[in-house]
Amino acid sequence: MSASIEIRALTKRYGATTAVSDLTFTVRPGVVTGFLGPNGAGKSTTMRMILGLDEPDSGSVTVGGRPPRAHSAPLREVGGMLDPRAVHPSRSAYHHLLALAQTNGIGRSRVAEVIDAVGLRAVAGRPAGKFSLGMAQRLGIAAALLGDPATVVLDEPVNGLDVEGIRWIRGLLADLAAQGKTVFVSSHLMSEIAQTATRLIVIGRGRLIADTSVSEFIAAAPAASRVRVRSSDQDSLGRLLSAPEVSIEAAEDGALLVSGLPADHVGAAAGAAGITVLELATEQASLEDAFVDLTRDAVEFRAPARPAAGPAVKEEQ
Amino acid sequence: MTSMTPNPALAPAALQAYPRPQKVTQARVLRSEWTKLRTQPSAWWALLAAVILITGFGVGYSLLLQARPPHGAAAIAAFDPAAVSLAGVQLAQIAAGVLGVLLITSEYATGLIRTTLAAVPRRLPVLWGKAATLAAATVAVSLPAAFAAFVAGQSILGRQHLAVSLSQPGVARAVIGGALYLAVAALLGLGLGALLRSTAGGISALFALLFAVPLVAGFLPGSWADDVGKYAPATAGQAITTAHPDPTSSLPPWAGFGVFCAYAAILLGLAAIRMRRGDA
Repeated sequence: MSASIEIRALTKRYGATTAVSDLTFTVRPGVVTGFLGPNGAGKSTTMRMILGLDEPDSGSVTVGGRPPRAHSAPLREVGGMLDPRAVHPSRSAYHHLLALAQTNGIGRSRVAEVIDAVGLRAVAGRPAGKFSLGMAQRLGIAAALLGDPATVVLDEPVNGLDVEGIRWIRGLLADLAAQGKTVFVSSHLMSEIAQTATRLIVIGRGRLIADTSVSEFIAAAPAASRVRVRSSDQDSLGRLLSAPEVSIEAAEDGALLVSGLPADHVGAAAGAAGITVLELATEQASLEDAFVDLTRDAVEFRAPARPAAGPAVKEEQ
Repeated sequence: MTSMTPNPALAPAALQAYPRPQKVTQARVLRSEWTKLRTQPSAWWALLAAVILITGFGVGYSLLLQARPPHGAAAIAAFDPAAVSLAGVQLAQIAAGVLGVLLITSEYATGLIRTTLAAVPRRLPVLWGKAATLAAATVAVSLPAAFAAFVAGQSILGRQHLAVSLSQPGVARAVIGGALYLAVAALLGLGLGALLRSTAGGISALFALLFAVPLVAGFLPGSWADDVGKYAPATAGQAITTAHPDPTSSLPPWAGFGVFCAYAAILLGLAAIRMRRGDA
């Protein structure tokens, strides 16, 4: 069974805006594939085309070898969640799922099963519009899983979930992949994807930036670490450390940011020259930094650059 | 997975495989649309409003004419007691039409339409399913209401010896026609809602079609006002709700109803083209 998502030279325009441009990649079964890109990069547009909702201007999408709109049992082929808030606010979660199930001839017992599987049994009779974002996410995931689909496509499924919910969904996605399903999950946060996915598709401004594995992506991340040092004589220390393979920058507060040397070398060099070290630390470049570096030229909306780059801080979020 | 779950209500269970065969059929989509209609409170409110308007206004108008009966042979000859007791249909068409608009625009407004169409990628079964459930629900609710309004109205008008019975020519057709008219008005709303994908736009267009078009036609010079006006959607459709339509200002009952149905069919057809092609 080949349940791959095959995207070939896919292009989609909305008026003058090109949302997705000449995109080609394959999402394979058996692993969780992350779909990463800044907001506005074209992730949701691509997912809508995978679900057969938007028509490509050129290129093609196939799921399990056929165009998404050619499936006679679509919920068996691909289950998707695009927007967890896309429910009728006064209809109960149960009836929301039941109406969806009935279109494909899926029984009431399966509706009850998916409700249990996402942990919504106690609230299934309540209007879906009154759900918290976390509950709405679970309802959206329940809808995606109704038909026991070979391919699962989720747009930002972790948004709004609490820590327990995030852990739950990671386990769920891993289980689905282990069952041999194709699992394609978008996020705009690299740190999130790194803990969830094995494969990685990165896009920016509608174009493919990387089609790789998460571990390769992390290994290839530039400027893996640098040393931050403050001392009694920064100028001398700077001259002392300078070498062809070493780059040194000055941070706003006067500290030196040294790339290419381990911290113990910096400390030893300062000590040998009689310079008092006031502060010495290794800063790990975060995955987020690597991602930002990679997509720097591909971000559509960006605040104007600040006058001087501030010192790298610990990984946020 | 996790050994402790702080909230037992949200404790997920393992999901089993579901090997039973699946397939989208028109009948299944119809069932799904019926589930949606009956679990959408706004639909019940609209149908309740239709019942109240049909019966309430029918009784009220009958009482008014009982108090001020027609004078003179010509006025009595032109008096249509069946139409008087069914006058509420003209107000109830607002409720039915708005229900039709809302049935589809609520899905566009919330984004639910994407979930729906991802499950039914051929898309048109959704539109036909909505049309069928909408028409059936409207008839099911408004036919008893029209009958009740007729019976109550005739018992009131009977005090002035103006009542007619269902067995008289055209009377039963007018009562049933009231319910049919409302079903097609609802379909008109559905077509406009699906075409415009906006609640405000759909309701505005519906009001323009039902109320503004006859008004504008009335401004036409001389006999044009009647000749053109009788083809206006509401005027044409309401020929079926009167026992004795006036041939100068309205089409024959079934012909008029046919014209009204044609408007709805054209709008639903255009909506189908828009829905089938392009982006959901």
